[in-house]
Amino acid sequence: MGTQIRNKGKDWWLGALAIILALVVWEFVAAVIIHYPFILPAPTDVLAAFIDFLDDGTLLLDLEASLTHFAIGLGAALIIGIPFGIMMGWNRRLDAFFDPLIELLRPIPPLAWIPFAIIWFGLTAWSAGFVIFMGAVFPIILNTYHGFRNVPRIFVEAAKMLGCTKSRDLIRYIAFPAALPSVVAGIRIASGVGWMCLVAAELFGVSNYGLGSRLWFSYNLHQMDGVVVYMIILGLIGLAFDMVFRYFINRYFLKWQTGEVA
Amino acid sequence: MGNLEIRDLNQSFPRDDGSRLIVLDHLNFEVSDKEFVCILGSSGCGKTTLLRLIAGLDAAQAGSIFLDGEEMKGQNQKVGMVFQEYSLFPWRTVIDNIAFGLEMQGMPKDERYRIAGQYLDLINLSPFRNSYPSELSGGMRQRVAVARALALDPVLLLMDEPFGALDAQTRNMLQKELLDIWENTKKTIVFITHSVDEAVFMSDRIIVLSPRPGRICRIFEVPLSRPRDRTSVEFAQVRREVLDLINQNCLIQ
Repeated sequence: MGTQIRNKGKDWWLGALAIILALVVWEFVAAVIIHYPFILPAPTDVLAAFIDFLDDGTLLLDLEASLTHFAIGLGAALIIGIPFGIMMGWNRRLDAFFDPLIELLRPIPPLAWIPFAIIWFGLTAWSAGFVIFMGAVFPIILNTYHGFRNVPRIFVEAAKMLGCTKSRDLIRYIAFPAALPSVVAGIRIASGVGWMCLVAAELFGVSNYGLGSRLWFSYNLHQMDGVVVYMIILGLIGLAFDMVFRYFINRYFLKWQTGEVA
Repeated sequence: MGNLEIRDLNQSFPRDDGSRLIVLDHLNFEVSDKEFVCILGSSGCGKTTLLRLIAGLDAAQAGSIFLDGEEMKGQNQKVGMVFQEYSLFPWRTVIDNIAFGLEMQGMPKDERYRIAGQYLDLINLSPFRNSYPSELSGGMRQRVAVARALALDPVLLLMDEPFGALDAQTRNMLQKELLDIWENTKKTIVFITHSVDEAVFMSDRIIVLSPRPGRICRIFEVPLSRPRDRTSVEFAQVRREVLDLINQNCLIQ
């Protein structure tokens, strides 16, 4: 494992080389072979479009709208999903009560909620947020649930012997920290699913602003370079979320897992 | 004080065919204050079941357990426990593990760290104060578990084969260390083991349990003074006596 990490650090330029090569091939194919920006815009066209979007401020407006949608959806999913997961993981009767309902709702693709999102919330940030919520809440519930269900019994018993006997304290001091790696994994999955839902929700006209809606708008104007700009931005933001999230969580919450073979 | 009294303790578990498997059968014994008692028996003889009942982690089917004349129901702050498996909370540092019980009592941070620090000194692991359990060896983890149980100053310390998973050398070392701690803190200790050697080395008395159903087969006084020498003739004699009894399934009385 040690050698793997060292190699990865030393060979970073191989990955960078691949990206540069891909850009060169793309430019060549687009500008020399196809020569038709509607089918495939060249990287240089995309860069020019990017600068235009940046200059007239649309990009920032769209970014702000999309981040608002995402924050609403993921925020609501956390506020609702984590307590549900905890309740069901901790209490067998609540599990038996909620489980069938959740298993019925869960397979409905989040995008199928778009019509009701529009009817209930109109063309506001809340309707896009709702669709994202429907995509993000179930991974959070399920992972929190599994984390709580799999808390090793020995930790609970050790805590009881040390005077931690109330359910509330056991959840706070034992079950939650023990389940945290699983909860965190759920949040990561949820933010990935939520980000996908965001594009689709905006694409279907749930919102007038946003990265997804601008992407669709550009397509309607046959500005394919604009479509590519927004595709790349969507990808990069998704990646950035994941990296920042992983960095913070590992650094501040899961420090104790380092060195553990798991 | 730490006077433990077990009266007519019974425990059985339901079996698939509807009958009940009797695990403990009318157990009666006493452990006096500051005594070090080993409960010795092969696996499946109900040693752990017995300890869990004393700890209050399970409820007995019949019978009662008294600590200093008071009947015990459920977990009790006067009773500390060290488990066979690693039971340290992996998300807490060593010092926070030791201070856990004090934290639950609502003790302010400075004070609980001061007390936990004393127990950390007692087990000679001060340099590992801020380490996580995953950074410690198995022997170190069990020492921290001992310190964690002692930090609440219980009168009775229960130990469920705490050194069972360790290699022989570490095991011998921790046995000596535990005896030192016992000399210094003078707790009543009930120590479960399947190792005759360990029982003879550590305890004032050895309670030998017979398997299925768990009954007291005999109680040995260990007449040796401490520190004990594993290689001495007297030590070997006591060992042989206990081993003979176990090998013959408790048939000689």
